[in-house]
Amino acid sequence: MSDTIISLRSISKRYGAVLALDDVSAEIVRGEFFSLLGPSGCGKTTLLRAIAGFEEPDAGVLQIDGQNMAEVPANRRPTNMVFQSYAIFPHLSVGENVAFGLRRRGLSRAETARKVGAALEMVGLAGLEARASHALSGGQRQRGALARALILEPKVLLLDEPLSALDKKMRNQMQEELRRLQRHGGITFILRTHDQEEALIMSDRIAVMFDGRIAQIATPQTLYRRPSTRRVADFIGSMNFVPARVVSEQGAAYELEVTGFGRAPISHEQAPEGVSGRNGVVGIRPETLTILFGAEAAGPHVVTGVVDDLVYYGDMTYYDVRLPGHEEALRISMRNTAGRRVLERGAEARVAWSPETFVYFP
Amino acid sequence: MSGARIPWLYAFVLGYLIFLYAPIVLLPLFAFNNSTTIAFPLQGFTFRWFTELTRVPALHEAVKNSLFVAVVTAISATILGICAARASTRYRFPVQGGIMGLIMLPLVLPEIIVAMSLLVVLLRLGINLGLWTVILGHVLICTPFCVAILSSAFRNLDRSLEEAAFDLGESRWSTFRLITLPLVLPGVISSLLISFTISLDEFIIAFFLSGAETTLPVYIFSQFRFPARLPVVMALGTILLVLSLLLLSVAEYFRRRGLRQTGAGDSGGFL
Repeated sequence: MSDTIISLRSISKRYGAVLALDDVSAEIVRGEFFSLLGPSGCGKTTLLRAIAGFEEPDAGVLQIDGQNMAEVPANRRPTNMVFQSYAIFPHLSVGENVAFGLRRRGLSRAETARKVGAALEMVGLAGLEARASHALSGGQRQRGALARALILEPKVLLLDEPLSALDKKMRNQMQEELRRLQRHGGITFILRTHDQEEALIMSDRIAVMFDGRIAQIATPQTLYRRPSTRRVADFIGSMNFVPARVVSEQGAAYELEVTGFGRAPISHEQAPEGVSGRNGVVGIRPETLTILFGAEAAGPHVVTGVVDDLVYYGDMTYYDVRLPGHEEALRISMRNTAGRRVLERGAEARVAWSPETFVYFP
Repeated sequence: MSGARIPWLYAFVLGYLIFLYAPIVLLPLFAFNNSTTIAFPLQGFTFRWFTELTRVPALHEAVKNSLFVAVVTAISATILGICAARASTRYRFPVQGGIMGLIMLPLVLPEIIVAMSLLVVLLRLGINLGLWTVILGHVLICTPFCVAILSSAFRNLDRSLEEAAFDLGESRWSTFRLITLPLVLPGVISSLLISFTISLDEFIIAFFLSGAETTLPVYIFSQFRFPARLPVVMALGTILLVLSLLLLSVAEYFRRRGLRQTGAGDSGGFL
């Protein structure tokens, strides 16, 4: 058993008719970067705020570092939050903002100043102590809010959509920086985000939430390759869904009849929801399909279709290829490496596929 | 602006402004006029009426009473306003709309109705009329203004600022003291000044509920019986006019400063 910092057991929270959290259980490991991912209204906000102590669950047990948090208000929890709006106090300077949480620590003035200086340096705002907080840019506010929370050395840092207000370039930079701070400090980070790419890039583990429930908790790779439900598969990245039928079960494997592709052997773990009936769908990631050009060696699994449409991105080309018997075109992404042409609309495309990347949902 | 090209609109606006402000301009005009009758042509410049003001003990008593009533009213109404505004902007509670509606009702209720009904109830309860009963009435009519001003201040305050302070280890009370209050302070000052001004020149309630005591507006009204004293009243009115404008300007200055500080957009106001 790994070292658990936060343990959630059957947490529920209701707002009137809406069940914001429905029997949520999870264990968050000390020092990991954990993300709560889901569409808006999925309950991730409520869960983050419940961990912070701003919302009281109606039922369930929330433990932080082995302690039950039921009677512990937010100001006495070993957690600190970076708010979506950053919540930089407008009437205080940058230094006063960062030092705010130290007020109750009884430190000497010199010690406080040293800590504030170190915290600002850590987030790249060195020397800005005296700056008025409303004179900061969006990215600087974000860093200020981070410094203000990290200076208290919380056991858990809660990040509430911290990057959503930043432009793309600044966001990428902050993503890297957050990763660095997290690895460097060994603090557990919990990130709320609706951006699946952000979650994949930054997290050690991700909890995908729908309708107040956790649908899957997994590492980014597992989540991407083996989504546990069709809904998760649809939410993370893009995925083609093709009708399929279970033909036979042989020991540790199934054999599927996939429309347009033919017979495909898959292992049990490629059917995470099991096989409840004969008919289902197969999920296929666009990059696991390959369009063959000219003399490229063909494996055992090749089908031929027609290019319906394509989008050219420079480094990538996204094709919509229709296979015989398919109502919807397959999305296929191809990297434009040396020697690869870009096919035209209406051209014939030979598509190589690999059944070991398929995921079956009943 | 196409509307600006219609000539009769200009005339309307001009007429409106004259109708509204001419009497107020006449006030200082006759306050400095060297004649006991309020009539044109003007007779010459004098400070006589102002110096005469300093020699009326009844007036001094009235000013003292009015200041006392206005200060107590401003503080009480603002404290009540803070509570109501914070509750209505931060929490959801049963019959909230009804409760807030009742608090705001005196804003549209005719003052004479408020004054009469208060008088009847107070007499029935056997409470002696005096400055405190005036204060009671003034708090009733000033609180809606305070709630309106302070609600806007609290609404403009980002809720996560309070949560952040609490999250950083402060108690509910110290969060209010360190974060909430400084950020709504401009609204609080503005509320104090406006309720002070309203109370200072309020007549009807003061007239009904002051009993043997006299507030400034009641005193002024009583002086109208003596035509010879009119210029003195004019002088007094001039002083009050200048003071009121000054106070309202200060109130508006603080309200705008508050908006700048919280970075919120301007949503109405009194000036």
